Amino acid sequence: MNIAVLAKQVPDLVEGVEIDASGKAVDPTSIRYILSEPDDHALEEALLLKERTQARVEVFSLELGEVRDTLCTALAKGADRVVMVRTGLETPPDSHTTAKLFATVLRGSAFDLILTGVRAIDDLDGSLGGLLAGYLNLPYVGLIRKVELAGDQGKAIVEKEYPGGYAAELEVQLPAVLGIQAAEQPPRYLPVSRLRQVMKAAKVEEETATAEGVEPLAVGRMHKPEEGKGATMLSGSPEEVARQVASLLSERRLLR
Amino acid sequence: MANNVLVLAEHFQGHVTDITFELLGKARELAPALGGSVGVALLGHDVGGLVSELGAAAVVYAADRPELREFTPDAYAAVLGIAVAHASPRVVLLGSTSVGLDLLSLLSARVNLPCIDNCTAIKFQDGGLVATSQIYGGKLFAEVLLTQRTTLIAVAPGMFPAEAGRVSGKPQVVQIPHALVAPEPRTSFRRWIEPPPGDVDITKIPILVAVGRGIQSADNVPRAEALAEVLGGAVCGSRPVIDQAWLPKTRQVGKSGMTVKPKLYLALGVSGAPEHVEGMRGAELIVAINQDPQAPIFSVAHYGVVADLFDILPLLTAEIKTRQG
Repeated sequence: MNIAVLAKQVPDLVEGVEIDASGKAVDPTSIRYILSEPDDHALEEALLLKERTQARVEVFSLELGEVRDTLCTALAKGADRVVMVRTGLETPPDSHTTAKLFATVLRGSAFDLILTGVRAIDDLDGSLGGLLAGYLNLPYVGLIRKVELAGDQGKAIVEKEYPGGYAAELEVQLPAVLGIQAAEQPPRYLPVSRLRQVMKAAKVEEETATAEGVEPLAVGRMHKPEEGKGATMLSGSPEEVARQVASLLSERRLLR
Repeated sequence: MANNVLVLAEHFQGHVTDITFELLGKARELAPALGGSVGVALLGHDVGGLVSELGAAAVVYAADRPELREFTPDAYAAVLGIAVAHASPRVVLLGSTSVGLDLLSLLSARVNLPCIDNCTAIKFQDGGLVATSQIYGGKLFAEVLLTQRTTLIAVAPGMFPAEAGRVSGKPQVVQIPHALVAPEPRTSFRRWIEPPPGDVDITKIPILVAVGRGIQSADNVPRAEALAEVLGGAVCGSRPVIDQAWLPKTRQVGKSGMTVKPKLYLALGVSGAPEHVEGMRGAELIVAINQDPQAPIFSVAHYGVVADLFDILPLLTAEIKTRQG
């Protein structure tokens, strides 16, 4: 059983994102990249499957930001092989381009399962998993919270989330692409000392890929949430604010 | 000439879901301006009874087959692709839902049509169609200019009024040809898994104290619970809090969690990502405390405080206790 995990770098929202001078794109210099959170869950689910079934886990990322750290972390957590894909692109590619790049890398390889986060915060033109499955003509299911492998029967049993706490159990023929919403347990913690230790000897392999024929969406303008639509802001010392909120609730008869 | 609007109908346990009517309402507004009409794709099994609810559409493209009884992305994408080819749509509207999200990307790649995710508005501007999409957890909006090509759009739930699309009638029914569907679906439905029982039902509690990533760790959750207790309410949380197992799944608000409409929603350290807001925008009073003045939660809240929640939380709990005597 071979599992590929696609791990994407996205802007760290804690650091904020700014719009560039054209007004149509994000300013790349304003961004600090981190691993997309659902992709971290995809890696965790892959590692859980490895523990249960002795699957081999390989992690692929496009060259961007501090991706080496991400890949070394994946190795330290238990991945068997990590690959940085060089693209020659100067700006982060859109989802369609990303999917075509990964399709180039993965086409013809012997993966039974390709896991990725169900979505990323910068998905404007759809999400990677479904697009990749479409390009590779593989089945796809997204919003997955649990994967069980019946590898000898060439299938996976998955749980797909629905509103209201419902889930659907589906059977998917392998090979397949799955969009992970949440792993069965929170992504494992890696002590910094362990990461440092691994980084010294870590081998990040490199591959090169190109994508052609993607017509990007025409973004006319980007903007922040409209001002004036927002909340009435309360200010003052913490004591004053606490009193204001309590008064607000009292006026609305929300206090017992 | 592709000038129609095609909506994918979603149904759950025998009922057409709200997102369908939200999309149909928008489609009724767009189609006349494009010089086209509204079509709706209805996929399922024994769903003929739902047609009369879809009167907002002129045409229902129907596929009624046992293997379509429940949603599977593979088969639904194949059939929806055929409906798209028949309906000549300028835009195809899907919900940004468990169903729509899977189909959006899969179909976009399979039939080579552009797609836009997490759309919050669609309007005419300078003679063209513009779709606005919320990205970066709600921190930015991108306005996409549509081309003449058919574009697949996934719309966030709750953005358009459902009433506008809730029209009964007798639309024309066109069967989607079966022969073109892949005979052996590679994905099959096994069973529904019910929500876990035993915990409080947050959809029925009038006062909710919601915690987001800003609560930082499971150890801090009791501080929010103390506030909920003095208010006579319960604690709920956003996706990251549930994923970290700081709160049980039953307490999740938002996409694939609960949709709540309490009298008071007190959001502590909740950024307000679209998938969370979708589950709580209907609350009567929303008060948000967040350190980040740019947090999108302040766009949906009625009152906001930019502060460290840990500075306010104990004082607010104490203040309310005092007032209650």
